Amino acid sequence: MRYTIQIVGVGGQGVLLASMVLGSAAMNAGYKVAMSEVHGMAQRGGSVLCTLRFGDEVISPLESAGGADLLMGFEPVETCRNVSLANKDTKILMNLDPVYPSMVAAGFEDYPNIEEMVTAVKERTENLVTIDATSIAISAGKAVAANAVMIGAVAAAKGFPLSKDLLKDMLAKNVPPKFVDLNKKAFDMGYEHMSKQKG
Amino acid sequence: MADILSNSGTDLLLGNEAITRGLIEAGVKFASTYPGTPSSEIGNNLEKISQEVGMYFEFSVNEKVAMETAAAAASSGVRSIVFMKHVGLNVAADPMMTLAYSGVRGAMLILTADDPSLHSSQNEQDNRIYSKLALLPMMEPSTPAEAKDMVAEACRVSEELELPLIFRTTTRVNHARGIVEFGTPEETSAKGRFEKDTARFVNIPAFAKKNRVKLLDLNRKAMALSEVSPLNFIEGEGDTGVITSGVSYTYVKEYIKDVQILKLGFTNPLPEKKIAEFIKGKSRIIVVEELEPFLEDQVLRISAQNKLSVPVYGKRSGHLPVEWEYSPDVVVRLKDLVKMDEPPVPLKPVDIKLPGRPPTLCAGCPHRGIFAATKKAMGKREAVYCSDIGCYTLGVQSPFDMADFIICMGGGAGAAGGFAQVTDQKPVAFIGDSTFFHSGIPPLISAKFNGHKLVMVIVDNRTTAMTGHQPNPGTGRDFGGVTTEALDIESVVKGIGVDFLATVNPYDVKAASKVMKEAIDTDGVAVVISKMACPLELKKQRTLVIRETKVDQSKCIKCYTCLKTIACPALVKRGDEVHVDEVQCIGCGMCADVCPKDAIGVRQ
Repeated sequence: MRYTIQIVGVGGQGVLLASMVLGSAAMNAGYKVAMSEVHGMAQRGGSVLCTLRFGDEVISPLESAGGADLLMGFEPVETCRNVSLANKDTKILMNLDPVYPSMVAAGFEDYPNIEEMVTAVKERTENLVTIDATSIAISAGKAVAANAVMIGAVAAAKGFPLSKDLLKDMLAKNVPPKFVDLNKKAFDMGYEHMSKQKG
Repeated sequence: MADILSNSGTDLLLGNEAITRGLIEAGVKFASTYPGTPSSEIGNNLEKISQEVGMYFEFSVNEKVAMETAAAAASSGVRSIVFMKHVGLNVAADPMMTLAYSGVRGAMLILTADDPSLHSSQNEQDNRIYSKLALLPMMEPSTPAEAKDMVAEACRVSEELELPLIFRTTTRVNHARGIVEFGTPEETSAKGRFEKDTARFVNIPAFAKKNRVKLLDLNRKAMALSEVSPLNFIEGEGDTGVITSGVSYTYVKEYIKDVQILKLGFTNPLPEKKIAEFIKGKSRIIVVEELEPFLEDQVLRISAQNKLSVPVYGKRSGHLPVEWEYSPDVVVRLKDLVKMDEPPVPLKPVDIKLPGRPPTLCAGCPHRGIFAATKKAMGKREAVYCSDIGCYTLGVQSPFDMADFIICMGGGAGAAGGFAQVTDQKPVAFIGDSTFFHSGIPPLISAKFNGHKLVMVIVDNRTTAMTGHQPNPGTGRDFGGVTTEALDIESVVKGIGVDFLATVNPYDVKAASKVMKEAIDTDGVAVVISKMACPLELKKQRTLVIRETKVDQSKCIKCYTCLKTIACPALVKRGDEVHVDEVQCIGCGMCADVCPKDAIGVRQ
């Protein structure tokens, strides 16, 4: 068994936290784990990519292009930018809430139409699930729990090798105590969203 | 951060956390650094825990000083480490080259964190070459777990040879994460004594001449250790042999099949006999290593000396690139030579024009204000903006365009003197507070001494921001049981006797611009200190006061001066209206200050 998750998003969205939760869960499930993170200069509002690989014999911190089993896209443009990390069998989870790059926010560049981006990904794969993680997080109590929604959704993905309980447990251990309930609720709502997709 | 103080169990550690844990287990009792990605987290961890484990740790003013302090500790018998990013070793190379002649008594590790693919660096130099230049032993780990264990082994070898040892990592080891098993720390002393030995520690020509011969002898001894080192091992079966080191080993191990691998962890001196034996009888040899053909050229030489005619593939044969970091995709280039799984077919790239997302200065970053003020003050005059290494490097982006020349730490200030001499363009050197202390003072003195007419802008944001907010002489020290007073930059500059000196608040863009104009008009050396704490640092200290900011749409004339000069990510254009993003805005007031119609209000 060998499983690769590529997590893409923008600095500040909680990509590193999500990778820690998933990585700790994989370790606790008895797998070997190899991860690669982005730190330093690139973190200043830039694109962030985190690779998480686990399985029986895993040592490389990087995956080949198209080699992901799961692509977690925290942001629509970043999901599109990194779509080649996936192949036709890769499950893609795409959060639809945009984070505008500074040149877009200032009106110097345009942000692409989100529907068009979703269509473009759908043209390439049948394994896309979209999610309004931020809206779901807000209904759970706070927008910052969007990454918990994403992790919950992943837990319900078909064939995902880590258990729901383990992921939820690791999530609770990786967030500040006062936010545990919020994150658990957001996790459940994400799980529910993904479960409905399959039906 | 994981609990790296635990003496048993396992945890999922970042490479730099694993190395920190390795230092604890190896009984290293003296550590010094100047922060630099990808090595910075080691210092950030030690700042928190060094005192608890009985280790002394310091952020030295630069890598050269860090090397010298660690050298003294190791020469006094205390296990020590100096760590830095790859280009930091250029700064520290001077003491290192002669320290090799003296050697050390307690272990000394010189950790260099190289950055293939330049994720956070200005060049891609391969510091393994320093091991040959300095004639020092070198080790290279492949994973976080191996890095942790290798620290203790490196200390043993350093002490056996009485030589400093280069511990070479790369970004994909420092910033990889893996499962690490914790062991029991070795008991060592943090107190040493320097036993004088003039012939050894005083490298005047007469002594140095003999020490050089001694160093060459020690290299022969080091090779013998390399030959039997458990860090250099063979695994797998096949008549194709792959010789590899560092993170490249992980790609070879997982993605290439049916080859025999010689994995090298002790990479200077190389185990020449072991390599020759490995080559013998193989149908072909492939060398897989990032950056320069450091192993490959030596493998070719060892082959020739042993009269072996096995073909060697790698960079010299054109199969593998010299530039940029390796990955499973790079290893695929060997598919005609070795067996590997058919790589999956990636989805076609999306053909929609996607906006770029480069790193940018944060909302409310005071650098935005001084850049806007400088631009206004310079007007139509032609300038050469010499920038430096730090967050303000990002001033290269529009609308600031405040970086025309960047080479290295302190390099902008030095270059400004040259531009002042040979051009009629006005040189303006931007330099951060930490960088000023690191290497900005000598070029300022040199400019004064040689009569160069230039402006130095010290962007003092009260921290070493880019690398993760480390303290520096301008903030004073308050960790590890040592408290020191902050050093006042203005007093330092005053002491040099420059021709113009002023301190400005960059949030008051208009006033700062007036001062910048005076500085630019100065017929001599002018220094402006732009002083305002980094909002991220204040956020961390929980002292950031956020003030509500709003655009009065009835007053706004849609001139977009705010967007064009401050370009803060907290300013958002919706339709033709400018709005303030409450989530990002800290209420610094820079946009309000530049607004010609007072349409932006900041609640006091």
